[in-house]
Amino acid sequence: MSTIKLRAKESKGVVTVKAIIKHPMETGQRKNKKTGEKIPAHFIQQVICKANNDEVITINWGPAVSKNPYLTFAYMGSKGDAIELTWEDNQGNKDSLQGEVK
Amino acid sequence: MNRRNFLKNSLMTVGTITTLAGLMIKPKRLYAAWPKASFDITGLSDSINSVYGHNNLNESSEVILKAPDIAENGAIVPLNVKTKLKNVESIMIFVENNPQPLSSGYNLSSKSVPIVGTRIKMGKTSKVIAAVKSNGKIYTASKEVKVTIGGCGG
Repeated sequence: MSTIKLRAKESKGVVTVKAIIKHPMETGQRKNKKTGEKIPAHFIQQVICKANNDEVITINWGPAVSKNPYLTFAYMGSKGDAIELTWEDNQGNKDSLQGEVK
Repeated sequence: MNRRNFLKNSLMTVGTITTLAGLMIKPKRLYAAWPKASFDITGLSDSINSVYGHNNLNESSEVILKAPDIAENGAIVPLNVKTKLKNVESIMIFVENNPQPLSSGYNLSSKSVPIVGTRIKMGKTSKVIAAVKSNGKIYTASKEVKVTIGGCGG
């Protein structure tokens, strides 16, 4: 199952995209309560969204973004646009999801 | 140079050129580099400086930052930034009292509508600053968010 949930809706020429990504977003500052060891940083660094293969937004995130990050943004587009959201974290994991603007 | 040598040499040259070209055309990384330095910096003014190269901020009513007055849980503070300014290149969100003030940055394209929303972590009560870069100038809006339980510690 994809880590991304994506919804995009068009109204008056503006497409609003909402997404939730399943990710722990560890800051690297928390400690494991039992062992006292630091939990290594593990967070999404970049999210890119493309609409019809054109980049509409590039997002840089630091560890201060909440766990299972939520995201909204908007662009000028139309119904039926093919959108693709891709993320990559600091450990090299990545995932992407394609969707259609409704 | 006789003909045989000439051929041999030119073949070798062609070979070298192709190898070099092959080395140079590495598969392009999917993303532009993540600005690690800016995200690592502690201290608000240094952080702003590292993003923009200067500290020239203009407080503006054109930038609208929506944030709660009191965040009961510092681990999830919903933020919304929008602006009516034109030609917006980027939107950055800084949290003054976080270990690293820069929390997130949004690089917009020509198609973008300048509205972004996300949820961030806040260690303690702090000023949150939304900075919008438009036509090369930085416009900001800020708001004090009270945090009852911090979201950065364990």
